[in-house]
Amino acid sequence: MTFAVTTNHYLVLSLLLFTIGVFGIVARKNMITVLMSIELVLNSVNLNLIAFSYQLSDLTGQIFAVFTITVAAGEAAVGLGILIALYRLRETTTLDQATELRG
Amino acid sequence: MRKLLWVIPLLPFLGALLNGFVLRHRIGKRTVAWIACGLVGLAAVLGLLMIVDYLGGPEHAVNKPFEQDLYVWVPAGPLATVFEGVKSFTVSMGFLLDPLSAVMLFVVTFVGFWIHVYSAGYMAHEEGFQRYFTYLNLFMGAMLLLVLGNNYLVMFVGWEGVGLCSYLLIGFYYKEEFPPFAGRKAFITNRVGDFGFVLGLSALVTAFGTLKYTELFDRIQKDQSLLTGPGHLGLTLAGFIAICLFIGAMGKSAQIPLYVWLPDAMAGPTPVSALIHAATMVTAGVYMVMRSNVIYQLAPNIALFVAVIGAVTAIFAATIGLAQNDIKKVLAYSTVSQLGYMFLAAGLGAYTAAIFHLMTHAFFKALLFLGSGSVIHAMGGEQDMRKMGGLKKYMPATYWTFVIGSMAIAGVPGLAGFFSKDEILHAAAAGGHWTLYTIGLITALLTAFYMFRVVNLTFHGEFRGTHEQEHHLHESPRLMTVPLWVLAVGAVISGFVGLPVEEWNVFHRFLQPVVYVVAGHTTEGHEASVAFNVILIMVAVAIALIGIGLAFRLYGRTRGLAADEAWERRLPAVRLLFANKYYVDELYDATVVRGTWGLARLLHRFDAGFIDGVLVHGARNLTLFSSTVSGFFDKYVVDGLVNLTATILDAFSRLFRRLQTGYVGSYALVLAAGMFALVAVYMLLYRG
Amino acid sequence: MEFLTAHGADLLFYVFAFLALTGALGVVSMRNPMYGAISLLLTFLAIAALFLLRGAEFVGMVQIFVYGGGIMVLFLFVIMLVNLHRLPEIKLFAGQSPLAAVLAIVLLAFFGWFFVHVAFDPAFVHPEVFRAVKGENLGNSQAVAWGLYTQQLLPFEIASVFLLIAMIGAVVLGRKQ
Repeated sequence: MTFAVTTNHYLVLSLLLFTIGVFGIVARKNMITVLMSIELVLNSVNLNLIAFSYQLSDLTGQIFAVFTITVAAGEAAVGLGILIALYRLRETTTLDQATELRG
Repeated sequence: MRKLLWVIPLLPFLGALLNGFVLRHRIGKRTVAWIACGLVGLAAVLGLLMIVDYLGGPEHAVNKPFEQDLYVWVPAGPLATVFEGVKSFTVSMGFLLDPLSAVMLFVVTFVGFWIHVYSAGYMAHEEGFQRYFTYLNLFMGAMLLLVLGNNYLVMFVGWEGVGLCSYLLIGFYYKEEFPPFAGRKAFITNRVGDFGFVLGLSALVTAFGTLKYTELFDRIQKDQSLLTGPGHLGLTLAGFIAICLFIGAMGKSAQIPLYVWLPDAMAGPTPVSALIHAATMVTAGVYMVMRSNVIYQLAPNIALFVAVIGAVTAIFAATIGLAQNDIKKVLAYSTVSQLGYMFLAAGLGAYTAAIFHLMTHAFFKALLFLGSGSVIHAMGGEQDMRKMGGLKKYMPATYWTFVIGSMAIAGVPGLAGFFSKDEILHAAAAGGHWTLYTIGLITALLTAFYMFRVVNLTFHGEFRGTHEQEHHLHESPRLMTVPLWVLAVGAVISGFVGLPVEEWNVFHRFLQPVVYVVAGHTTEGHEASVAFNVILIMVAVAIALIGIGLAFRLYGRTRGLAADEAWERRLPAVRLLFANKYYVDELYDATVVRGTWGLARLLHRFDAGFIDGVLVHGARNLTLFSSTVSGFFDKYVVDGLVNLTATILDAFSRLFRRLQTGYVGSYALVLAAGMFALVAVYMLLYRG
Repeated sequence: MEFLTAHGADLLFYVFAFLALTGALGVVSMRNPMYGAISLLLTFLAIAALFLLRGAEFVGMVQIFVYGGGIMVLFLFVIMLVNLHRLPEIKLFAGQSPLAAVLAIVLLAFFGWFFVHVAFDPAFVHPEVFRAVKGENLGNSQAVAWGLYTQQLLPFEIASVFLLIAMIGAVVLGRKQ
């Protein structure tokens, strides 16, 4: 890779952000951190979209990024609602307490 | 009328059916007796009418028998025989009336009827009255089948039937120990004889393809060469058949060596002894030989053998009779002896003489037995002559009829036995068989002697029994004495039909047609001179009188048993030999009986040891073993497989359950990993 | 100074990239979720700057408004509502974190290799496209708007419905029973 920034740099960056976000989803116990990691992942996707949109000179990428942001917002809202419901039920927000599905 | 021939055997069977099965417990003794005696009497009357009818009929005019086939019993089946042109074998149920069967019919029904009447009196106080008459009627029916049948197979049915009834009646007092044993002995000994009889019948069938008398004898006469040709066992065919049939006669008519059952058969009621073992059943063998005279004529060696056996049996049994103390046993051995005379006659070719003696013997022997029954009845069941004596004054009717019977059997001239016995001795002498003649003469002496020994010991002298017995002595009721008188009359007059002079010998001429004329053989003796005949008669009379005189000398008046005791003292061995019947029974027991038992035991061991032990137990063990193996298989293999499946599933499920952690994080991890895998695969596969 | 002029855009990229990464790592590794949220905000802003570097002005502004102004506020409100900052965590990472690390490394390795080596044609880039509406240079917002309301109308409407649903869902979930 050269010093000059090419699309590849953006891709690598988005990959890094994505990986960190996935790690956060999988490995953190605190639910709010998990939700924040989800946002991180979505952002990395957005970055990827914009990079390719620039590379291919197509506006569709940017428009799609808008939708991604929309979805992320909605999903954050619902996720936080779930968190509140969980908190009300369990008095805790750590995911290792939420094991109803265990079996 | 002749056409009703088949009814005659049926009547006694009907009686047996009624008394034995239909009317079981609902009738009294009187009814039973009326049914039984009545039906036999009816058969007798019908028989007489039928004989008269036959004699006036067309068949008799040409010396042919009247035959009547009722129905086909054994349907025709294919058969290859030695005789030419015979292709199939069939047997019908049929009856035949000819001079021989007429004589037999008369004797059987007439004597049988009077014995039935006598039984009604004799058995009046016995339990089993009804059973007795059922068996007796059954016997009459079988005997009539035997004499009236028109083929050997019907005769054989009757033959076996009378054997069965003999067994039933000998063992009549089944609650005691000895009678059933005696019955079995009689039946088994008979069976031994029947073995030979059946062999003979089979030989006849394979040779000629028929058992019907008329057919068979016709075929034989047409082609004698078959019978004179080789048979089996080194004999001619005729010889083989003759000896086989005679073996049957040995058993049925109590000749040596198969006579041992007859003395023991005295265990049955006395009228049974009279009917079956004197007058009728035992004479069946003689009848059979007479019927088969063609065969015997063509087998002179065997015929001679028959005569010899007859003679030897006659003297042998007579000697035993000398030393018996039981009145019935004396009469039993006397019967064996007289039967020997009949076979002597038949063997010598004097067939009509044999039948003549059969008829006279039936009368006087039945009379003697019934008389002895009367004595036993009066003595309250005692049969030992040593306890009797002086009964003459208590029972005159019995006494006088008994004396008449004794004189008849001894051969006192004028009475029946004289004529018939004389004819037999004449046949022996005229034929040149002097040894046989001498044996017959000595036997006649012994016969006269032992019979009058009985008369003296029983009726003359002092009474030797107990006081209670003496009180009980009385003459028998009319139901018993009337038959005695009737039979006595018969014993007197029946001889007159067979006068020794040719022209006046009605009987001989009557029966002669039954004797087949076989070319090259002569039958009834050679013609001898009148002087010869007169000398023979005089010798016979002398012998009879000597015998009677000796008896009176030794046992008469008040001498009682002195002579017997003297004999015991002087010649104990001889007396013991006679008294113990030459130990023949013991010999048979040691050899035949024990031998058979031994064989039975051996076979039992084989059966229990091998069959049961090895095979059955082996099978059991094998089955157990295989079931154990099966069980193992089921338990370990089958169940094992099932359990293995379960275990595998369990292991896998345990493994997979680890996935269901319930942690969202792990689910996310797996999700991510899976997604990555998919994408990676896609990328790797579709690069470029 | 020429270096800066010549490579200014590149340098800016590297600076903002570094900030984004820092923020991301902060989110994942902060114990206190409040700090994590702030860290996330940093990431959002850095990413917005990166959008601007690539000619997506409208999306960058939307990023700041929506993410920074909306979502972050939402997060902070919820954190404070639940008193999350006062609840201590005993263990930071869950049991499967080693596996997650492995997965992360694998992901990086695999896709990283690809992204580094895929070649793009630089002549392909025509930034003028982003600002032109029917040939006229009206700016990025206009261009995006024209695209959004004409070509991508259906997804736009669906997105609005989605937002409605999410709103209803959030209200329902947040209700006190």
